[in-house]
Amino acid sequence: MSQTTYLDADELVLNMGPQHPATHGVLRVKLKLDGERVMGTECIIGYLHRGVEKIAENRTYLQFAPYVDRMDYVAAVTNGMGYCEAVEKLLGVELPPRAQFTRMILAELQRIASHLLWLGTHALDLGAMTPVFYTFREREEILKIFENYCGARLTTHAFRIGGLQYDLYDGFEKEVLKFCESFPGRVDEYETLLTTNRIWMERTKNVGVLKAEDAIALAVSGPVLRGSGVNWDIRKALPYEAYDQVEFEVPLGQNGDTYDRYIVRVKEMRQSVRIIRQCVERIAPGPIFGKVGKVIKPPVAEVYHSIEAPKGELGYLVVSDGTTHPYRVRVRPPSFVNLQALDIMSRGHLVADIVAIIGTIDIVLGEVDR
Amino acid sequence: MADEPKLPHQPAVPGDTPAKSPVAEGGGTTSSPSAPVKSAEVGQPKAAASEGGAQPPTPVAPAKPPAAAAPPKPPAPPKPPVKAEPWTSPLLDEIKKKFPGAVVEAVTFRNQPTINLLKESLVAICEFLKSEEGGAYRYLADETAVDYPKREKRFEVFYVLYSFKANHRLRLRVAVGDDEKLPSVVSVWPAANWLEREVFDMFGIAYDGHPDLRRILLPDEWVGHPLRKDYDILRQDAAWVKANLHIESGQ
Repeated sequence: MSQTTYLDADELVLNMGPQHPATHGVLRVKLKLDGERVMGTECIIGYLHRGVEKIAENRTYLQFAPYVDRMDYVAAVTNGMGYCEAVEKLLGVELPPRAQFTRMILAELQRIASHLLWLGTHALDLGAMTPVFYTFREREEILKIFENYCGARLTTHAFRIGGLQYDLYDGFEKEVLKFCESFPGRVDEYETLLTTNRIWMERTKNVGVLKAEDAIALAVSGPVLRGSGVNWDIRKALPYEAYDQVEFEVPLGQNGDTYDRYIVRVKEMRQSVRIIRQCVERIAPGPIFGKVGKVIKPPVAEVYHSIEAPKGELGYLVVSDGTTHPYRVRVRPPSFVNLQALDIMSRGHLVADIVAIIGTIDIVLGEVDR
Repeated sequence: MADEPKLPHQPAVPGDTPAKSPVAEGGGTTSSPSAPVKSAEVGQPKAAASEGGAQPPTPVAPAKPPAAAAPPKPPAPPKPPVKAEPWTSPLLDEIKKKFPGAVVEAVTFRNQPTINLLKESLVAICEFLKSEEGGAYRYLADETAVDYPKREKRFEVFYVLYSFKANHRLRLRVAVGDDEKLPSVVSVWPAANWLEREVFDMFGIAYDGHPDLRRILLPDEWVGHPLRKDYDILRQDAAWVKANLHIESGQ
């Protein structure tokens, strides 16, 4: 073995993270560099591993529900919804329409909030300082609605197995509609700042290209998959709640680059507003709880249920042994699976683009590590 | 969902393979033996009574043993089936024809079909399922494992597949023992790379043919596999914690 010094080395290994503002948490990436070019990456994760799946086996079905909020902590509502639905499916419980539409409204608001957080920080990573102030302003409105509904802003624990814990408060519909009224104009504002911005386009177009076949092979989901042009949205393909009763479009990208994923997410926010409007229209007085016993004791079986979370396919495999405690709960986190595509997306790009590519996958480390 | 009555259930699934007995032991979607399912559903009046019944309207205090008479199954009028039923489909017949003896059992529960396979033919069947004539299951949504320490083969590994063409989900289940190696499906679905690493990390199931089988969430030097049932929730690798974090408890 010849002695290598870093001065004449062809390849340089650079460590990025876990303490790095652009990795959105404690992601550590080892970059193999040739000059400024990235030859390969290796993700080192697990810094935030809390053993959520192990905890599930030691809690009852109800007790475990708050824990799921702590996985994707910027989209706690959809996390809780996925878990509740999985257990409901195991029990064979049907929800009353009021509960379904309430869930959909809150879940779509959560999708907007999650995308807003993503948009603000992603733009900040790429040097656009302004959008983050605007997106946080709108996100605050959504968090206020959550707070009025269930008292919490982030880890909401908004739903219970079988329905909702709380009925809607007076003026909920009005508040939501007011948000729907103002929000599309606000999205226009973000688009004015970014969509045709030369710098933004230079930084995102043809960066982090993920071809459709690679996207499917790596099982990425959500906006990352749709940015590559694969028309697959679980709300459409395998509808849950009452998504088969509302109209919306699934925005698609063409090139599978960072810019397309940006466009997909922005369009998704507009579609979410559309869904919320229809849900508010349909929501009618009625029961908010399905027929669930006080003790949740599912039959000996297992189900896999997944929903379209803001970041992609969020699946729960719940295995029951007939007792009050789940035998096993497996969480299929979208961020974890999507992060696998980082390597293929970042090869050949510059170090500065890594920041854009990590941002465009939209990971939350609480969910990657669980 | 099938409308079959749930108790007089015939073990119709071909049990021509020896690995059938562990399935019956409880935990998974048992289809053939009706006894364990029944006991879990109605035969536990003690547990049901001690935690209150399934009758929301009665305002009795929930922890009153005599008040609870009904078993805690969902009391919905259109009673959902409480256990898995045998699954039949042209695809299953095709698999059985192509890979005789490989399918242990095929069940469906809540419209979610699951095929139990023998691990020897796993990769070949996966390749077939991925191909066009096998239903084009090109998307491996998830791969994970469940630990049943009392079974002869203690782990069950799940594969959640999805076909864009048929808009259909399919689950595969493979039993694997503690000292056995499972063939890796990374060659079929690259997405399995990290998923299998996680299974290895959490359960200690070794894979054959995995390109990069290392721990993924826990540190490389960690001893033990936390999601095994015999790994206590408070347990940790005390030596690692002491050496790396310089504390005793990890708290």
